[in-house]
Amino acid sequence: MYNSANLGILEKDKPMDAKRIRVVIAKPGLDGHDTGAKVVAHALKDAGMEVIYTGLHRNIEDIVKTAVEEDADVIGMSIYSGAHLPLSKKLMEQLEQKNISGKVVLIGGNIPKKDIATLKEFGVDEIFSTGSKLDDIIGFIKDRCERIS
Amino acid sequence: MTNKKPIELKDVTLESGVKIKPVYGPDDIKAIDSDADIGKPGEYPFTRGIHPFMYRQRPWTMRQYSGFGTAKETNERFKWLLEHGQTALNVAFDLPTQLGLDSDDPFAEEEVGRVGMAIDTLKDLEEAFEGIPIDRISTSLTINPVASVLLAMYLAVAEKQGIPMDKVRGTTQNDILKEYIGRGTWIFPVQPSIRLIGDMTEFCAQKVPRFNPFSVCGYHIRESGATPVQEMAYAFEIAIAYIEEILGRGLKIDDFAGRIAFNFDIHGNLWEQVAKFRAGRRLWAKIIKERFGAENPRSMVLRMIAGGGGGGLTVQQPENNIVRGAYYALISALSGTQTMALCSYDEAYTIPSKKAALISLRTMQILADEMGLTDTVDPLGGSYYIEWLTSELERRIVETMQQVEDFGGMVKAVETGYIQREVSHQAYIREKKIQSGEIVKVGVNKYVMDEEMGEVEFHPFNPEVVGRQKKSIAEIKASRDGSEVDAALSALKKAAQTDENVMPHLLRAVKAYATLGEITSVFKDVFGEFKEPVGL
Repeated sequence: MYNSANLGILEKDKPMDAKRIRVVIAKPGLDGHDTGAKVVAHALKDAGMEVIYTGLHRNIEDIVKTAVEEDADVIGMSIYSGAHLPLSKKLMEQLEQKNISGKVVLIGGNIPKKDIATLKEFGVDEIFSTGSKLDDIIGFIKDRCERIS
Repeated sequence: MTNKKPIELKDVTLESGVKIKPVYGPDDIKAIDSDADIGKPGEYPFTRGIHPFMYRQRPWTMRQYSGFGTAKETNERFKWLLEHGQTALNVAFDLPTQLGLDSDDPFAEEEVGRVGMAIDTLKDLEEAFEGIPIDRISTSLTINPVASVLLAMYLAVAEKQGIPMDKVRGTTQNDILKEYIGRGTWIFPVQPSIRLIGDMTEFCAQKVPRFNPFSVCGYHIRESGATPVQEMAYAFEIAIAYIEEILGRGLKIDDFAGRIAFNFDIHGNLWEQVAKFRAGRRLWAKIIKERFGAENPRSMVLRMIAGGGGGGLTVQQPENNIVRGAYYALISALSGTQTMALCSYDEAYTIPSKKAALISLRTMQILADEMGLTDTVDPLGGSYYIEWLTSELERRIVETMQQVEDFGGMVKAVETGYIQREVSHQAYIREKKIQSGEIVKVGVNKYVMDEEMGEVEFHPFNPEVVGRQKKSIAEIKASRDGSEVDAALSALKKAAQTDENVMPHLLRAVKAYATLGEITSVFKDVFGEFKEPVGL
């Protein structure tokens, strides 16, 4: 189940626009709280980005693979179960091992403030925990992707 | 004479889309027949409550969600809650257990014991209920795709305590359709998952008559973003899907409808919630009587647990959640729910700390013992506004149910992702309204303060749990009768491949100490796995 390519691609049929920012929204592990991930996906889509939502129960390998295949500019992982530290660490390690650079990594969900510094040490670009403003997420992504390109 | 400025009143529209007038009066309830539509408590159509004397006779049951890391810790918390006056248990399992994975599964590692207790074999459940007489409490097991396995384990524990099956009380959540919509612990495709619910219901109707085999959860649908009207409408359509499965086995509606339980959510506008529950009771009674032809009035009652929802709580200014919890409990009591559970004030962060869980319990006790909420039945009944709103919401629930039926019913609506899209769209609309301030959340978009967040006490995650569980699995596998396990699992597989009821085979397998993961693998081989429709 966890390795299948059961991905829903939003707006897949539209011609690829080089200027559009491409975002993979991912739900790693067993946690099933996907409302936040879907709300953010909706908001980014409304803000003109291409959004690829992975669906539930993905492992980190799947997520990295999807991000590469989709040529994503941004990987946003949403975690509510409390396993954000090990999962984020694993994501960053895999990106490094596979020599994948230039992707903005965002973590969302139930993230206590005390873990934010640790997540940034792992190399996560920004943390948008519960209660974050959608406009802030959109603004951050646009700002960072401009700088990268 | 001076020129009077016209009074300007702001528009009020409920989340369900109903526009609210500033004043209601007799004209608004002219069309409502006080005998046929409202009636007496304890009588059809049960608008005012499912018992004639409601809380005057027996206050609501207080049940808090709990369960930690290991069975032993859970057992200690259970005993502590029972000592402090809680009257029923609500069990939380960790995610690997909820998804049928053993603690030694590589995909489970980060999650073992994190959001509840880990169950790998019968031994874990035996430990959790050690010294707790399970014929004298009612236990709710929050488990869905593998509910049949946990029911078998629970019955096996009862047997070891010397308690016959017909004395066992409790509920398995076991509402798989809402898992595809909201909570996300699904394993198998929709059809075989519903078949398992049918097997359990049939088995319980024959052998475990005091057990509620499933509890339909509007709660998680609402928490995922649905409006109160959608919450009620989708829950009813889900229940109808299960009822049709069970009727297809030759059972009569009156054989099992009396054991159907519901789980609903409370947050948002007080009046809308109270009217939602009153409308829900009336409509459910009509559905069971008129559509399914029930004759026994006990089949027609909407039995429910209603809880203060985590979705209403805020990370900001977390102590405000204590106050919200008290209002949610008040709504629950005004709505005439049978069982009450409150999310604790730290629930926007984590599973409840001991202190937070106790405050929730005390909140319900204060309401029952100090405030007069148990004095008289349905105290808001007869109010122009409440009666009008009850009828208006009922009309809208029927309309939303019709949309699902026009789509081809709940099973198809979930398989294709229609409901998931409706709900996630609604969640986005709601979030935008919160961010724009149209829906006010104190501390979030009004009366905001600069604050240090995350000061809430966390329930610590114990990384040693996974090691202990792995060791326990290894010991059990070394000491159990391997040939009995193999025989039980292959008999289970055979039953799963035909239309034979799997419950007796599950009982045999768990008593042989087959692991949850081994049993789930048998089902995966036969049923396959759900492919999630992930479009927005």
